[in-house]
Amino acid sequence: MSVLIGHVVWVNGPVVRARGSEHVGLLEVVEVGDEHLVAEVIGLEGDVITLQVYEETSGLRPGAPVFGTGLPLSVELGPGLVQSIFDGIQRPLPVLEMRSGTFLAKGIEATALYRKSKWSFTPQIESGTDVRPGQLLGAVPETPAIDHRVLVPPGIVGRLTWVAPAGEYTIEEPIAHVENGSGTTVLTMLQRWPVRRPRPYHHRLPPTEMLVTGQRVLDTFFPLAKGGAAAIPGGFGAGKTVTQHQIAKWSDADVIVYVGCGERGNEMTDVLREFPHLTDPHTNRPLMERTILIANTSNMPVAAREASIYTGITLAEYYRDMGYDVALMADSTSRWAEALREISGRLEEMPAEEGYPAYLAARLAEFYERAGRVVTLNQETTGSVTIIGAVSPQGADFSEPVTQHTTRFIRCFWALDKALASARHFPAINWLDSYSEYVDEVVPWWQDRGHGEWHRLRAHALEILQRESRLQQVVKLVGPDALPDDQRLVLETARLLREGFLQQNALDEIDSFTTIEKQIRMLSIILRFHDRAAAIVAKGCPVVIVRRLPVVNTLLRMKTSVPNSQVDLIGEIERSLDEEMDELESDYS
Amino acid sequence: MISASERGGQEVVGAARIEGPIVVVEGVTGIGYDEMAEVVDRQGRIRRGRVLEVGERFAVVEVFAGTTGLTIADTSVRFVGEPMRIPVSSEMLGRIVDGLGEPIDGGPAPLAEHWADVNGQPINPTARVYPRDTIQTGISALDGMNTLVLGQKLPIFSGSGLPHDRLAAQIVRQATLTHTGDASYAKRFAIVFAAMGIKHDVAAFFRESFTAGGAISRVAMFLNLADDPPIERLVTPHTALTLAEFLAFERDMHVLVILTDMTNYCEALRQLSNIRGEVPSRKGYPGYLYSNLAMVYERTGRVKGSRGSITQIPILTMPNDDITHPVPDLTGYITEGQIVLSREMFQRGIYPPIAVLPSLSRLMKDSIGPEHTRADHASLAAQLYAAYAHVQDVRSLASVIGEEELATADQAYLRFGRAFEQEFVGQGPEESRTIEQTLDIGWRALSILPRDELTRVSEAEINEHYGEH
Ligand SMILES: Nc1ncnc2c1ncn2[C@@H]1O[C@H](COP(=O)(O)OP(=O)(O)OP(=O)(O)O)[C@@H](O)[C@H]1O
Ligand SMILES: [Mg+2]
Repeated sequence: MSVLIGHVVWVNGPVVRARGSEHVGLLEVVEVGDEHLVAEVIGLEGDVITLQVYEETSGLRPGAPVFGTGLPLSVELGPGLVQSIFDGIQRPLPVLEMRSGTFLAKGIEATALYRKSKWSFTPQIESGTDVRPGQLLGAVPETPAIDHRVLVPPGIVGRLTWVAPAGEYTIEEPIAHVENGSGTTVLTMLQRWPVRRPRPYHHRLPPTEMLVTGQRVLDTFFPLAKGGAAAIPGGFGAGKTVTQHQIAKWSDADVIVYVGCGERGNEMTDVLREFPHLTDPHTNRPLMERTILIANTSNMPVAAREASIYTGITLAEYYRDMGYDVALMADSTSRWAEALREISGRLEEMPAEEGYPAYLAARLAEFYERAGRVVTLNQETTGSVTIIGAVSPQGADFSEPVTQHTTRFIRCFWALDKALASARHFPAINWLDSYSEYVDEVVPWWQDRGHGEWHRLRAHALEILQRESRLQQVVKLVGPDALPDDQRLVLETARLLREGFLQQNALDEIDSFTTIEKQIRMLSIILRFHDRAAAIVAKGCPVVIVRRLPVVNTLLRMKTSVPNSQVDLIGEIERSLDEEMDELESDYS
Repeated sequence: MISASERGGQEVVGAARIEGPIVVVEGVTGIGYDEMAEVVDRQGRIRRGRVLEVGERFAVVEVFAGTTGLTIADTSVRFVGEPMRIPVSSEMLGRIVDGLGEPIDGGPAPLAEHWADVNGQPINPTARVYPRDTIQTGISALDGMNTLVLGQKLPIFSGSGLPHDRLAAQIVRQATLTHTGDASYAKRFAIVFAAMGIKHDVAAFFRESFTAGGAISRVAMFLNLADDPPIERLVTPHTALTLAEFLAFERDMHVLVILTDMTNYCEALRQLSNIRGEVPSRKGYPGYLYSNLAMVYERTGRVKGSRGSITQIPILTMPNDDITHPVPDLTGYITEGQIVLSREMFQRGIYPPIAVLPSLSRLMKDSIGPEHTRADHASLAAQLYAAYAHVQDVRSLASVIGEEELATADQAYLRFGRAFEQEFVGQGPEESRTIEQTLDIGWRALSILPRDELTRVSEAEINEHYGEH
């Protein structure tokens, strides 16, 4: 398939120039040198072809041959993706380990999907039907958690003249024939899609469904909607990865695509080690059965890091088209932006801010625009891709270009705060700097679940937290004792909110994930404490007395003492709250 | 070294351009990117170099020893035909070599068991084994609150004049594996020490400390000192880690790698980048500094099929004690935590002056608890963090309104803060504490606080440990 198209004339790290054919296309995949290193055409000028090479170019020489493939950088789509771990250009890492051992060698070819596996295909359509893109042909149980829906690919319209009977097939065996004016198309379960082109859908839907993450500060205060986009910026050690892992573990998405983009090797190993043993609270299946991992760690070739984001989002769109809610985590988009910068620098392009290329913003926009809740091409199915991008600003300075441009394209901003992280307030999401523009859109969702009070409780709690922060300015100057008691109560309730609600320990078995039900119960009991205490304090009871009530300690501990399955225990706490408050109130009336 | 001619490489006479550490030659074809070169001066002396960029008829070579004394006409460059490789063997333990791996201790060249590419290759994430075995360093601020794990990369962020060397030497001297892990650790222990641009007396301090600890025969020292060529130090951590990988993954050894000072390494990289006219990102450092550092730091860990490990303790001095400077910043983004030293604590005479709050060990979470250290370890550490964080607020309040004006609980926090810094963080440079001792000291400090302030530890833990010590 590959034909000689030219020869290398210049090598500078991952950027290579060749001279040769003028019939090579921009973004075409080529292979470089005798080792057939995978590369992509990123520039054409006369007979000079500029390439970014997805593998280490050490030892590559001018004069080395370059072979064209005629294809753009594409991913393989079909059953077998879920539970896999790929590198940035979709090579399966376990296969690479079999071929080259502990260390990643270069020039190893490996198809993304294993060709010999047989999958049990059940047709869901009669032959003779007129079909259009997105239409369901049949289903394959890919994992116990994921039913893989084989669809008519985009661009194929016609009459289904044959569909394979139920049975076991490899991904390369025909499963359907579609006939139209221009002939017969043989369809297999294996499809391809160029990663840089968004997969088409019919139309977009507003993002009105919550993506439930089980993380209290997110769901209750800064909710993300399915099909939405969120950014989580923060300095090193602030908690981006733990938060992303938490969402990958506990969110109610059907499929998780986790892209480790230029980050640590051990973090991917951690996921590989942990996910098979963790249970998805929504399906009770091992988490790995819904997860796809893409790992292009910080020391793997930088051009493949650039590609990894696109590989991930294309896989996410593919499952969206089957009608699934997919959540994609990209950790970290800054490393991807740096990959762009590095390639751009070697091309000696004119830089904009901090050495980043001028097209940084456009690339970020294109990426985040691939999030969305849509009606698919068959005009019936809905599915979504939610993007959660970590941002690693240099010096934790949010005014740097990647953070700044990102905020233009996301609607949910979870600002990590170094001061909170070093005080070990986790998740270190700053409740004053963060925001979600989905709040109003998801109100009906909460109402439908019997929690119409959510919006009011949330506003009330945020108001207390905001008042606290203003009062803290005063406290810094005069100490808390100088404040009147009604204001000291605000500080006390805010402490309950911070320590008893906002802080959530990812490592605690019970605390790691909190159902919506429990979140609402927790929040309302804390606010009930506040309201009752306010009434008592107004009657002259000092806050120190309220603070010493046994229930305060219970409220601080309910996140870990009340399992999700026994939220009614909060009812009991509420009774003791009322008893203690009643008693106190009677003392002061 | 295998000389160029034996491998049948190309040779050109005359340089087209010499600039800083760079020699550009023309009229050569088919030179490989990243290939090794030997640059020969008028007297026939050889300096080694590496190809940074190649075109059809030119090659750009960085010369590790610098280009002083090279002339356009009399310089010749031989290309070796392959990327830089060094001989590695267990015999290198006990030896001192330069930044490129050549012996400088007067001994013979160690016999090569293997020739290894200094760049190494990335470890496949699926081939890694997640590090979980706790190392007891005997230092409470580490063991109690920032546990070091076998196979971790945990840098020390320091400042000039702070006792980072002494701390690193103490860690090396006192490190043992706790309950888990395997008993032969001590027998399979090795140290690879790489110096980049540090002073002679610092290198001498480490050598003496290794000797005094009886470990010198298990140490390989790679020395590029302050007066050695700066460009050479761009290779030093890579040559050192090439040996470490061989010892860990081919010879099943537990290798502790000390890299000091990474700030000098980064400065050399900046210098080279500026000379080449590359577009800078922050503070003049090249945009690829992150990836470049990752090539160093990620060469750490444990892998399937090997009983060995590489644990890295890079040391770096933060210019102006600024943790947001690109060198500590990008390091923190790659390593699995950081140990931050505080000038303020140092000035108050606390050793080791570890600033606990900005320090972090990310691998701690899976390496403490009943099977590794003690059941109350995680919650005790969390409580100490929370309480000590509150101490900072109380101190700043006390400085405004005076200590006497503080609420009783807050006064207790001040006492806790002092005890924590003096007795928990503070210890002798020769003192090695067991994990048990460390945790007990932690409880002793916490017992200064009223019971109902302790919300991060469980009631049961309070009942068991509070006030007992
Ligand atoms: N929700 C949480 N619960 C408990 N611990 C947490 C939580 N979030 C973060 N941490 C702690 O903070 C540490 C750092 O978090 P994390 O690795 O997510 O940081 P990061 O922002 O991804 O940093 P980097 O940019 O360097 O990758 C973790 O190792 C863990 O100890
Ligand atoms: Mg991270």
